[in-house]
Parts: sequence; structure tokens; C-alpha cells
Amino acid sequence: MQVYLPIAEVSVNAFLLLGLGGLVGILSGMFGVGGGFLITPLLFFMGIPPAVAVATGANQIVASSISGLMAHLRRKTVDLRMGAVLLAGGLVGAALGVAAFNFLKQLGQVDLLVQLCYVLFLGVIGWLMLVESVIALRRARRQGVVPKRRQRGWVHALPLKVKFRSSGLYISVIPPLLVGAAVGVLAAVMGVGGGFIMVPAMIYLLGMPTKVVVGTSLFQIIFVTGFTTLLHATTNYSVDMVLAVLLIVGGVVGAQIGTRIGVKLKAEQLRILLAALVLAVCGKLALDLLLQPAELYSLAAPAGGH
Amino acid sequence: MAWRWLLLCLLIATPLRAGEEVVAGLSQARVSITTDFKGSEILVFGAVKRSAPAPADPPLHVIVTVAGPTLPVTVRKKDLRFGIWVNAEAVEVDAAPSFYAISTTAPLDEILSQTEDLRHHISIGKAIRAVDTGAGADGAAPFTEALIRIRTADGLYQIRESTVTLSEDTLFRTGIALPANLTEGDYTTRIFLTRGRAVIDAYETRIGVQKVGLERWIYNLAQVRPLIYGLLSLAIAIAAGWGASTVFRYIRG
Repeated sequence: MQVYLPIAEVSVNAFLLLGLGGLVGILSGMFGVGGGFLITPLLFFMGIPPAVAVATGANQIVASSISGLMAHLRRKTVDLRMGAVLLAGGLVGAALGVAAFNFLKQLGQVDLLVQLCYVLFLGVIGWLMLVESVIALRRARRQGVVPKRRQRGWVHALPLKVKFRSSGLYISVIPPLLVGAAVGVLAAVMGVGGGFIMVPAMIYLLGMPTKVVVGTSLFQIIFVTGFTTLLHATTNYSVDMVLAVLLIVGGVVGAQIGTRIGVKLKAEQLRILLAALVLAVCGKLALDLLLQPAELYSLAAPAGGH
Repeated sequence: MAWRWLLLCLLIATPLRAGEEVVAGLSQARVSITTDFKGSEILVFGAVKRSAPAPADPPLHVIVTVAGPTLPVTVRKKDLRFGIWVNAEAVEVDAAPSFYAISTTAPLDEILSQTEDLRHHISIGKAIRAVDTGAGADGAAPFTEALIRIRTADGLYQIRESTVTLSEDTLFRTGIALPANLTEGDYTTRIFLTRGRAVIDAYETRIGVQKVGLERWIYNLAQVRPLIYGLLSLAIAIAAGWGASTVFRYIRG
């Protein structure tokens, strides 16, 4: 069934969009990533103009993240206090990121910067997670014991300590603020919620338990992507409501299924799957940069004009 | 057949004049884009009106063009720099039609000379106007070729030679297929009569392409009240997320 999208001005298959939304929703519920790093390239591939894909993708992530967050809230696997601290840092970071993005846009080559950011961050994070998870899984299997808690380093020596009960942590607010801000900058530059960066940062830098990480990440993503949606709607007029509704219907259902799957998997297995996914996307983007494209030329609306 | 009747009226009612003139009509002067819009086929038809018997030679030919709204386009070319493929050169094309279809009675270069093409901007290459010489006048050519190639692959530029049927050197008709990915605006439809590769008469009319109903409402809201539109989009997202969560909880008991 073909549907004409009023803002994107293209006609697409409605069931394909429902399926795409559902797939990303499953990932969102399982891993606590918004799925922006998947949905945006997939929408490009379907012929949706990039500006519309980025803006509408943000709107869809709000829906699937809320759906996922509700499930996590009921299971009490959300650290609201930690989420608030991360969000505070995130909003500051996002503002800085937008400023940096506009500055680089004036210099040109912002597309390349975004692509390189993707390849670099996805590659490093994916690889680290994969190695760590495989080691943890092997150790757990061989000795049958739970791996030791992370060592207490500089993170625990900082002032302004706060008790994060749901995470079982008593640490300074400075590291979560910095993590939030760094994710905010990257989210604004790369046009995504930033879950795929924040989830590993929470696990490895802050030492939060994996089960709490997913819900807390979703909590932060909702606000960041909601803010992004409004910014795009008011400045670029590029949010397509029909496209969003189709993706959302698929996405919210997928998120519920994903959350159930996430509960059944072990933390290490969850991490290996997420690492594999991150590496796959990274590999695809890296190949685009390294291999000669079939069509060297591309069309775009001129910069600045609307 | 209403259009045949219309033609007959036109033929009878018009006063005699020297030479050959084209009179034409469209099966529809308006295309409405609705949510289930799948593209549209427009019938272009007409007749040649003449005061004297038709000359036997050179033969009469008909060219029909339909052009969408013209917009500037940036064409970028990727190049290998430091081992990776990045956008390097860019050329700004000042005005390129978002849609362009040509239908003819015979191969275009046999029925139209270069000078006439240049004067009337008939072929796709000539319909794209004034390339900004950012990469030098010579360097711009591959960029316009790429623009035509990409849009042809998307079905937005169509060259359909020998698809106009001309009967008795008087009546002609052709169908123009408008794809589903249309841009709103006025689509200029032109009909040219040629003899001996020269244009002897031309006719121009417009097809209005417009979003209607829900499509119109959403588009207007997004443009006129972007904040309300943005908030509404967010509200839909939040309600859907919340709703799905609640529904699933009930399903599980």
C-alpha cells in the first residue's frame, strides 16, 4: 500500500515503514538505544530526503523510547536521579554541539565530519564492548562466578558525592554530568539520541549495572530527541507527521517486544549483541567511505535556501 | 469522447489564418495529491488548424513537453582524498525542472535543429538553465549530465520519442505519466509543431499539481504554525508510546 508523504513529497510503501519502525523499536527496547543511528540511514535508503529523515527519525525515537521506558519504570530499572543528572549535562552539551555543528557547516564538509564521527565512535565503542563482553562471558563460564565489580579509581575520588540508590552507586555528580555533556555534543553533531554512546559510557565509566543502564538511557533520550524534534519542526519544517505516525505504530509495538526479549537475555549476551550491531553499522559506513561509489555525483537542495 | 467533441468545436469556430496552428487540450488541468496518490496519467491531445492544404514535404512533427517547477540544485561530486571518498567539487545549477517529460512523433534530433532547441529550450539539456561556472565552464558539463542521469533513473526526467500519435497530419495525442514523487506547483505543458527541423507553431498551458485534504492540512500546519505542528508531532509520539505500553500490559494481564 503506497502512501504519499506530505512533507517528504515522496510516495512510499506503508508496510515497509511499519516494518522498519518495528525493527528499530525492538532494538530500542532491548538495548536502550534510540535507534537513530539505524533509522536515519535506512530512511535515506528508501529515498526520504535527509533533512526529513533526520527530523522525523527524532520524533519516532521519542515514541519508541517512551514505550520502552514505561516497561522499565514498572520493573523499577530506571535510575531517575542519575537520568536527571545526565540530562542536565546533555542539554548543555547539545547546545554546544549545535553551535559547533553550525560553525563546521560554514566551513563545509560537515557531512564528512558526521560520517567520520560515526565510524570512529561506533568502531571504538563496538570493539571495546565486544572484547570486554567476550572476556566476561568466558570467565563466567569457566569459573562459574560473577565477575568482580569495577575497580574504584579517580571516579570515586571526586567531590560532590551523591547516592544513586537504583544504581547502587555513591559517586560524585561530576562524571555523569561530563558523560551527559559529551553525549549531548555528539548527539547534536551526529543527529542521533546518543544512546549507543551513553550506554557503554554508563557501564564502563560510571560502573552502573547493565539492567539499570537501559532504562536510564531511554529516560535521557526522550528529552534530547523531543527537544530535537521541536527544533527541526520550527527551523527546517522537516518533520513529516504521516511518516512519523507509520514509524511510531511499528516502533511502539517493537519496543514492547524488545523489552521482553531484553529481560530473557543475560547481560553479557545483551552486550555482545549490541556490540555486533554497532560494529555492523560502523562497517557499512566505513565501506561507503573506502569503496568507490557507483554514482559519484549526488543532488541536494542548495545550502541556506528553503 | 468529450475531447473529440471539444476539438471539433475548436476547429469549426476558429477563423481562417495563414500557416499551421496548434490547438490542444488536456484530459485534466489539475492533479490532486491525496494520501494514496500513486501518480497520474495525463492525456495531451490536439489538432493542427490550417488555412491552406497541408504541404506534402517536409513532414509535420509534434513535440509535447511537460515541465515541473524549476528549482536550484547543488550537484556534488565525490573524489578520493586521503584514501576515502568525500564530496569534493560542487556545481550549483540555477534552475532545473523538478520533472521533465518529452514526447515526440519521431527521434528528437531528426525533427528539431540545435538552434531551434536552443531558442525554445526543448531538450532536457537545454531546459536546465544557466549553470553557475564555479568549476569552470568546461567542468560544469559532467555535473549537468549527472543531474540528468540521476533524475532519469528516478523517473523524473523522461524522453519518450515516437510516443505521440499523429493521424492524418491533423490530430495528435499522447499520454504523460506523472510519477508519485511529484513536487507541488504549476506544470508547464508545451506543444510544438515542427517541419524541416524548425518550429512552426507552439502552444502552452499549465497543469496545477496540488496537495489536497489531509496532505494539504498537514503541509500548511507545518509551514504556518511550526511550533504547534512540532508539539502535535510530539504529543502523537508520547500518546502512542504510552498507549502501546498500556495495551501490552493489559494483554499480559
